[in-house]
Amino acid sequence: MKGIKILERLIATIPVVLGIAIIVFLFMRLTPGDPVDIMMGKAGMVTEAEIEALQREFNLNEPLHVQLFLFFKGLLAGDLGNSMARGVPVTKLIKDTLPATIELAGGALIFALIIALPIGIISAVKQNSYIDKAAMAVSFVGISMPAFWLGIVLIILFSVNLNLLPSQSRLSHMINLQHITGFYIIDSILTGNMPALINALKHLFLPSITLGASMAAIIARVMRSSMLEVLKQDYVMLARAKGLSKWMVVIKHCIKNAMMPTITVVGMQVGVLLGGNMIVESVFGWPGLGRLVVDAIFNRDYPLVQGVVMFYAIIFVLANFTVDVIYTYINPKIEL
Amino acid sequence: MSVHKNINQILPNDLHVTKTKLVLKNFKDFLKKLKKHPSALIGAILLIIYVTISIFAPFIALHDPKKTNLNIKMKPAVWNGGEWTYPFGTDQLGRDIFSRIIYGARVSLLVGFITVMISIIIGTFLGCIAGYYMGRLDAYVSRFADLLLAFPFLIFSIGAMAMLGPGFWNLIFALSFKSWVEFFRLVRGEVLAEKTKEYVEAAKVLGMKDIQIIVSEILPNIVHSILVLGTLRIGYLIIMEASLSYLGLGIPPSIPAWGSMIEGGRDYMFNAHWISTYPGVVLVILVLAINMFGEGLRDILDPRLKLE
Repeated sequence: MKGIKILERLIATIPVVLGIAIIVFLFMRLTPGDPVDIMMGKAGMVTEAEIEALQREFNLNEPLHVQLFLFFKGLLAGDLGNSMARGVPVTKLIKDTLPATIELAGGALIFALIIALPIGIISAVKQNSYIDKAAMAVSFVGISMPAFWLGIVLIILFSVNLNLLPSQSRLSHMINLQHITGFYIIDSILTGNMPALINALKHLFLPSITLGASMAAIIARVMRSSMLEVLKQDYVMLARAKGLSKWMVVIKHCIKNAMMPTITVVGMQVGVLLGGNMIVESVFGWPGLGRLVVDAIFNRDYPLVQGVVMFYAIIFVLANFTVDVIYTYINPKIEL
Repeated sequence: MSVHKNINQILPNDLHVTKTKLVLKNFKDFLKKLKKHPSALIGAILLIIYVTISIFAPFIALHDPKKTNLNIKMKPAVWNGGEWTYPFGTDQLGRDIFSRIIYGARVSLLVGFITVMISIIIGTFLGCIAGYYMGRLDAYVSRFADLLLAFPFLIFSIGAMAMLGPGFWNLIFALSFKSWVEFFRLVRGEVLAEKTKEYVEAAKVLGMKDIQIIVSEILPNIVHSILVLGTLRIGYLIIMEASLSYLGLGIPPSIPAWGSMIEGGRDYMFNAHWISTYPGVVLVILVLAINMFGEGLRDILDPRLKLE
């Protein structure tokens, strides 16, 4: 029964993905000006033959609906076209940069959870104490702070003034690392390369904090309020009456029940992680997907922009789907 | 002709007077509640200061925000040993950071405010029609809204601005294109809930037209929620504007904006951190003020509304 429901939900995402593809496609084609002119820049050094070749490559001479059909055909075959500026398939560029982005998103998520869950729990248990008030004030600032500015402040503090942590790229130049998976942390563990592991972790530190800060703030607030809800329940009173200490009740009974809303929020934050990484990656020179697309925008590399934006949106839809599925397993009362 | 008209004739002439009195009384009540809500009050005061400063920017700014002078570039702020002529120091082109921040407030507030206004108008209009009549229009608009929600906000606006190119109105267009959806969903849901209530039934029995019911009966009951969401969204949109300007995709560099100012100082973090840090401080305080005021507004006007 559950399997069928999940399948139904999966099928329901198909029209959404199709719709996204159409929006991305239309955005590309309805841009004022001829894409070829724009892509070639205003250098004026382009021959007629080159323009024609470009038009052929991107099927610009075909009517709009044929172009849309060809775009879908490529999409189904997993072909997002070739990058204008680099002449490489877009899918290859995505594949190359994805590990860096996932590593950063993972670091941000771990940072956010490690910070936010204890703060949320303690704030709820010690409601209205100074710890609670201070934590909530800090989280409020965290929500109101743009990531790129936090990143710059962290660089000024930890890289420029204290000279503790690196501020650019994923690995120092003098460190050699054999690339196996593209995840530097995993690669350095696999090859037993201790200096590379430490170096990669150091590089990961500031970007993860920057990307994870607003998420941590939101998670802490949600964890606190759902924990407060749970603490009011009768079974908490009962457990206390049975002689369990306050913290034992919290650890044994409350945390698990308060996690549901938190997981919802973490799921919804996937979009923030994806969008935020464009900013954070360009602040820290992190060679991931986000920087790829920002660079592509400035190179006017439209096929690349189109492909990566498309990819982002699909990941976002799939992530929301996954969160929905995870719910049903954690909380069988919820139906898809 | 209609019953409604007759009722209007029976009612006392000073109906409008009582109505204004009621609004005034509500507003006074609101101010009283605001005074008891310290964080909302602080937010409101800060917000008023920001708005005043941005309105009177030409009188407050000490220098022309666009005037470059390489002889005085990267002067530190007063408390770092600078001089009072340039209280927040100067940037890499010798422009006065204080004056640029003052003018930058205009851009941030305008983008946030105009985008929210457009979003409220479109979202409320479509939300009322979709919620009240349901039917085909509702189905189409709702599907389209779902589609837009499938894009993370920043990715959508980066993509849109990549195509449109930097520019004040382009930015407002790109942001509004996505942000009306939330108002649409809010209003649609509220109208759906309100239209089954007795007062709407009563208005129907009195012979009021649909448009009258929506505008003068339902809307006043849901305007609270729209106001609260609108306020909180202004803060979010200001961060969006700054992020896009930081990437060079928002406000063109010729107009002083906080996001692009922060970007401009990136290469000078080692010797002139103030170029980036001060516009950021001002930005964070503004967004903080808006969020404090918005959350207070929610507690006062509409405690049941939960966002995010």
